[in-house]
Amino acid sequence: MSLVNAIVQGIFLGAFYAVLACGLSIMFGVMRIINLAHGDVAVLGAYLTFVVVERTGASAFVAFAVALPVMLLLGYVLQLTVLERSLKSGILTPLLATFGLSIVIQNLLLVAFSPDVRSLGGSAGAFTTASWHVTGELSISALGVLVLVVAVVVFGALQLFLSYTRPGWAMRATAEDPDAAELVGIDSRSVYARATALAVAIAALGGLFLGIRSVFDPVSGPTQLIFAFEAVVIGGMGSLWGTLLGGIALGLAQTLGAQLHPQFSVLAGHLLFLAVLVARFGGARLTLRLAR
Amino acid sequence: MSLLEVAELDCRYGLLQAVRGVSFEVAQGEILALIGANGAGKTTLLRSIAGAHRPHTGKVSFDGADVTRLPAHRRVSLGIALVPEGRRLFPTLTVEENLRVAAVSHRRGRWNVQAVLDAFPLLQARRKVPAANLSGGEQQAVAIGRALMSNPRLLLLDEVSLGLAPVVVDAVYRSLIEVIQEGVTVLLVEQDLTRALRVAGRVICMLEGRVVLQGEAKALDRDRVVAAYFGLRRPAVGGAPA
Repeated sequence: MSLVNAIVQGIFLGAFYAVLACGLSIMFGVMRIINLAHGDVAVLGAYLTFVVVERTGASAFVAFAVALPVMLLLGYVLQLTVLERSLKSGILTPLLATFGLSIVIQNLLLVAFSPDVRSLGGSAGAFTTASWHVTGELSISALGVLVLVVAVVVFGALQLFLSYTRPGWAMRATAEDPDAAELVGIDSRSVYARATALAVAIAALGGLFLGIRSVFDPVSGPTQLIFAFEAVVIGGMGSLWGTLLGGIALGLAQTLGAQLHPQFSVLAGHLLFLAVLVARFGGARLTLRLAR
Repeated sequence: MSLLEVAELDCRYGLLQAVRGVSFEVAQGEILALIGANGAGKTTLLRSIAGAHRPHTGKVSFDGADVTRLPAHRRVSLGIALVPEGRRLFPTLTVEENLRVAAVSHRRGRWNVQAVLDAFPLLQARRKVPAANLSGGEQQAVAIGRALMSNPRLLLLDEVSLGLAPVVVDAVYRSLIEVIQEGVTVLLVEQDLTRALRVAGRVICMLEGRVVLQGEAKALDRDRVVAAYFGLRRPAVGGAPA
């Protein structure tokens, strides 16, 4: 029974990782940018929500609704001011630019909020601790269900957007061939800016869940980035549903690993990530070497 | 009145000068063919007119307005559409999505998905198929249809016959001629000299980035065109070349 519990909790945890990874996947899929500041952007979203909660006393969910348009705008401006320039100068520059951005965000948060840990758990209502006890060993938390439902809705909505709307086709067209997209009348700059806005907003959603599930501080970002990155790679770079499945696979690996030994949890996730890397790329390199 | 005016256009790729001081005009409703050997600068010239390549110096005017600094997507909304070399479809988008993504909302006109499918009947059964799974001829038809979706006033065609079987080229050109008869102005790059001379009203021959010969297609004698095409100093005057 505890195995069933581990699997259920793993799926909930994985849904959280999938939300964190979603924006990373969008930015890689559309612009081939690996955003090293993605985790910090998520934490920034959590802080922004925290500020609104502190000022107004509103629930974390209401506060997030206020923070969301700010994050959308931030993403849009970030693309037009920083990332667009870095994209023009080769594949490594965006990596360096987002790495720098990560440091800047962390330090600004340190200055503004001190290194104290914060949480949004208290302001999200009794909901965050509610759960259904199915049996003695299996309990389903309301928050876990919420995160899973939100993850499925976010990925589903993105899929519908990309498959059935003209802006969605424009985004896919630009991702596949930005030059040809311009030639059929698509403003690729604006498509890129919208993609980044979307990615930053969904990262902030991940930050909200992070803040409700546990605690965050100004340097929580890189850890979140690693989990998000692992979810994207496990699911296949640039694939949307792959990212959701990759997140859940990572969550499952961590909770099942913890069944073996509590210290084995995070390590099991990393091992899955490495195994996927070796299976996907290591094999190819091996055959290449043999062919020589 | 000329619809397109290219003045002293100079295009470079780093140190390589692909187009050198080219000037010409295209009148409303005209069909102009650009011919020349590989590397003559035809594709670069077309891409500069469409806005995909920023010229070094010179000026491109469309319908009286200077568009030299305008990005490609803005030129599409003015009515310039390019069918690029190599077709450049969006591979994972279906035929219908490839067409519909190229529609420009404020440019109303004859062309929509149904009209394109009517003009290229071979696409009728393929509308839900990803572009990557189409044959070369079908892909070329989609590429032309995609350009038409913006209801262009000036259609730029870059080597639409490249890599296609002669039968398919005939089919593509048959559909194309119907399209052209509807009054759109066309600037086309074509390797096949006979076809270019047959379709176009006027011909411009380029060599190493310069215009070396231009004139009415009917008035041009084939030997002169061939000589200009290969850059022979003296056009062969009668007799067989040694």
